[in-house]
Amino acid sequence: MTTRFTLAASLAALVATGALAQGAMPAEGETLSDNQTFTYRVLDEFPSIDPGMVEDVEGSHVARQLFEGLLNQDAEGNVIPGVATEWEVSEDGLTYTFHLRPEARWSNGEPVTAHDFVYAWQRAASPELASPYSWYLELMQIENVSEVIAGERPVEDLGVRAIDDRTLEVRITTPLPYFLQMLTHTTTFPVPRAVVEEHGAAWTQPGNMVGNGAYVLSERVPQERLVMTKNPEYWDAENVILEEITALIINDENQALTRYLAGELDQTDIPIGQYPRLLAERPDEAHALPNLCVYYYNLNLSESGPEALKDQRVRQALSLAIDRDLLVENVLAGGQVPAYGLGHWAVAGYEVPDDLFGMTMTQEERNAEAQRLMQEAGYGTGGEPLTLEILYNTSDAHQQLAVAIGQMWKQTLGVDTTLANMEWQTFLDARGSQQYEVARAGWCADYNEASSFLDIVTTSSGYNDSAFSNPELDALMLEARTAEDTLPLYQQVDRIIAEQVPVIPIYFYSSNILMDPSIRGYPFENAQENWYGRTMYRVAEQ
Amino acid sequence: MLSFILRRLLVAIPTILILIVISFVLMFAAPGGPFNSERPLPPAVMANIEARYGLDQPYVVQMFNYVKNIVLHFDFGPSFRLRDYTVSDLIAQGFPVTLTYGFWAFVVAVTFGVALGVVAAIRHNTWLDYLATGSAIGASVLPNFVLAPILVIVFTLWLGWLPGGGWRGGQWQYVVLPVVALSTSYLAAIARIMRSSMLEVLNSGFIRTARAKGLPMRRIVWKHALKPALLPVLSYLGPAFVAMITGSVVIDVYFSTGGIGQYFVNSALNRDYSVIMGVTILVGALTILFNLVVDILYAWIDPKIRL
Amino acid sequence: MALTTDPLDPLPAAADLPQGRSLWADARRRFFRNRAATVSLVVLGLIAIFAFGGELVAQYERDTIDFTLIGINATKGVPSFATGHYFGTDQEGRDLFARTVQGTRLSLLIGIVGSLVAVVVGTLYGAIAGYVGGRVDSIMMRIVDILLSIPFMFVLILLLVMFGRSLLMLFIGIGLVSWLSMARIARGQTLSIKNKEFVEAAIATGVRPLTIILRHIVPNLAGVVVVYATLLIPEMIIYESFISFLGLGVQEPNTSLGSLISRGAAQIGNGVPWQLGFPLFFFVAMLFAFYFVGDGLRDALDPKDR
Repeated sequence: MTTRFTLAASLAALVATGALAQGAMPAEGETLSDNQTFTYRVLDEFPSIDPGMVEDVEGSHVARQLFEGLLNQDAEGNVIPGVATEWEVSEDGLTYTFHLRPEARWSNGEPVTAHDFVYAWQRAASPELASPYSWYLELMQIENVSEVIAGERPVEDLGVRAIDDRTLEVRITTPLPYFLQMLTHTTTFPVPRAVVEEHGAAWTQPGNMVGNGAYVLSERVPQERLVMTKNPEYWDAENVILEEITALIINDENQALTRYLAGELDQTDIPIGQYPRLLAERPDEAHALPNLCVYYYNLNLSESGPEALKDQRVRQALSLAIDRDLLVENVLAGGQVPAYGLGHWAVAGYEVPDDLFGMTMTQEERNAEAQRLMQEAGYGTGGEPLTLEILYNTSDAHQQLAVAIGQMWKQTLGVDTTLANMEWQTFLDARGSQQYEVARAGWCADYNEASSFLDIVTTSSGYNDSAFSNPELDALMLEARTAEDTLPLYQQVDRIIAEQVPVIPIYFYSSNILMDPSIRGYPFENAQENWYGRTMYRVAEQ
Repeated sequence: MLSFILRRLLVAIPTILILIVISFVLMFAAPGGPFNSERPLPPAVMANIEARYGLDQPYVVQMFNYVKNIVLHFDFGPSFRLRDYTVSDLIAQGFPVTLTYGFWAFVVAVTFGVALGVVAAIRHNTWLDYLATGSAIGASVLPNFVLAPILVIVFTLWLGWLPGGGWRGGQWQYVVLPVVALSTSYLAAIARIMRSSMLEVLNSGFIRTARAKGLPMRRIVWKHALKPALLPVLSYLGPAFVAMITGSVVIDVYFSTGGIGQYFVNSALNRDYSVIMGVTILVGALTILFNLVVDILYAWIDPKIRL
Repeated sequence: MALTTDPLDPLPAAADLPQGRSLWADARRRFFRNRAATVSLVVLGLIAIFAFGGELVAQYERDTIDFTLIGINATKGVPSFATGHYFGTDQEGRDLFARTVQGTRLSLLIGIVGSLVAVVVGTLYGAIAGYVGGRVDSIMMRIVDILLSIPFMFVLILLLVMFGRSLLMLFIGIGLVSWLSMARIARGQTLSIKNKEFVEAAIATGVRPLTIILRHIVPNLAGVVVVYATLLIPEMIIYESFISFLGLGVQEPNTSLGSLISRGAAQIGNGVPWQLGFPLFFFVAMLFAFYFVGDGLRDALDPKDR
């Protein structure tokens, strides 16, 4: 027995107000430009644009234009209908039923059916495809997914089936409050079975690729460019204004900036430290957007780590002595937010507790407290000399922070630092095997929920490179999985992290971009920056 | 001559095999792997990936299969990192690009380099020598990662004459800046080697005799001096030509040309094993080939050199 | 340089030399007659004084951050005698003068070590391969071909993993690559030189092969070798920044001209031209000086050049 989920009902009502809500809507008085193109910069070639294989943010941006999943996000990141127009969830929260849009079509004119979703999900989980993102389906808690990935059960046992062409049923093993939100991710997008089977791995090449999104792939040159043009078969094509989207692969961010300034790009990233200048020069082009990532330093608490770091007072002193305001305002200078815990302020449903260790003090008080703690522990100025090595992967930004933090420790605590950079893979290997003292780290949310951040320091986490273990914290995180009200639990975990300092949280990211002011409809309010070309358009220059 | 070429081509086969073995050993010994990332993959997922790409097999088997696929099918495997492409796709796409800008850079560097070097040598220690030498050095003092952004600022941002990057199938506007940025350092090197060896030749006995006979300088240089003076330039050009036509990571990164130059660095940084092997074999084969060509040219320049 | 230890010049041209004056003294006289080379030598001396003595003049340590300047470089970190930041400050708010002094010192050493290795190892290797010829030549040159083609980055990464980072490892990394193309050039020249009359004469009189290589072949390679060695210097200085990128080389707070220039180049158009300008100036001055000294040496050492 199923009941109509209230959220679903209200969203279905949204659809009734008109399919217009999906497409681009120029405001009153805006004149559209004759040039409906959008050109943006990406850092590197996409590892894959196959929805089942996509593993990076840029690849998912492309797949989101070429394909459409059950659900989309609106400009604020809320869930809105995609291929599914309405859906129900069973009372136990374990079975979802989706009703698909009858007018949805592939770019070759075939209808999009529930079978396409079943095929896509089975494919994404299959050991044969070996998608690096198959774990995302595990995160969704789909029935039997772990056994399918491990090759212990056939893909047909995956908890997804087509009741008929228009109805899709999904069974999950734990009720997930954010399950619908997870369906906006590209791994859950449909793929056309006939095309994939005909072309094999080459089905993602222009000419072969068939999608159900608002755009089709028209050109792709590895490490140079990727061009998408409007898909006339898209069910809402009449409301799609932007005709062509081009991604230019430009490795060097400064070079990309120059080309933006020369008018070759409509969007690019702002190199570290340049945001204030560009904001002053181009106030309506420079944007600082919240980004669901946190930057922190791992402290090696394992056997191989330095003795001093096992002393909580030393860790607290190191954390307090970092002047985060100065780093955020002067070094990064792009709207980043100081971090004293790991829980991200912009994450849905989370509030950073206002009594986190160190957060309420002024920097003078922090420095004084840090000196007191360090003295108590017997290290630094007047105590046993302490030298720490900060390990980071080679990059100007990481280097600037490491240099500054090392100096803060030296000037405030008398702790000497040596800096060690490594190329990425060597760095990952050293950090993952605890061959370091202090190491830089960054984490971005898998899904818009606080546990995505707080899980990092649980004992069993694969990313717990500090080798921290706190049974109380583990128990709280376990409890939160099934709790009605997770906020107090998460806040308690965040307090433990700030107090015991297994990692030193430093700041929450911000993404700094330049966007041509004639481009409208970009979701600046969406913390995940999941943009849809079909909601964007270019207005004529005044 | 023919037997010499055949012999050298035969030697190339074991040479490339040794190259493959050494590269494999280095690759496997280095920390990291193509599927390591900031976020470690769950073991089951990692196992699937390793099985798919054959990474779960012993190193020797992997190496054997790799060579077997090349020999039997000329198949260099899929890229581990850019999963929508095979190594052959990437090279087929990128090599024509680097070949184009590399070839033109070669033409520019050799033409101007040799000319400047000859002029400087003939007018040894005069203002013309200093001018030629100075401009050759001047062209090369800016490292190309400094020159490239400056070129783009001047010609794209300020003047608006040329696009700041991209390739677009090799339209000339897109080729100019990469050629300029790539050719300068080679140009200077060629000019300076040329000047030095030309001076040596001009001072040698047979040229002095020719000058004593009153032959005009132009004729002496063209007819007698140029050929022997080219010898050290040729030694330099063998590896340099390979380096030019396989591109440069700086050029590919700064001008977004999509050439294969970037793979030499990026595939190694990403541990994209199959791409690393692909470009390594390509460079190995080209190096062997062009050093063979150079050796043949030696014999043409100096008939006393026995092959 | 390899040649300076060998005052005996068996070339026919040597007969022209006035009695009692060694080739070396003669070369020195000719070198100082070359104005560009002499000036360049002075410039090199000045750069060396700057690199090794500049710290006495610097007002700041190279690693001390002025936290009041960080982030407002473009307006407050400008070069100035008043603040004592003669060359301004870098992105982190550190004194660029002190950093340039130390960077120049390191890069100078790297350039010299790199080209010395190339001159000694590359020349001998190439001369032996070219002189002996046949199968030995073939094997030696195929080894060079392989070394030119292997993914060298992994060699550097393995050095880092096995031996850790140190200046010695950096020099080893530099030395391992620098000699390869030098070997090819030396071999090519040797192929031609070994057919010359004076070499054949030496062989006929029973001189040992090694002696022939050292006494007859190598001195005749000197011109090209010296010129190519000066070409290698900038290459090695830039190459160092790549090695450091991998983590094997110079670690912060130490720096090098290569990394100063590449970081400065990243700030082109960001209103801090001094961050590129000063390091680049020393780089360029060094290159010009080395080039002209190299040419001067070449001219001075050319036994036939009268």
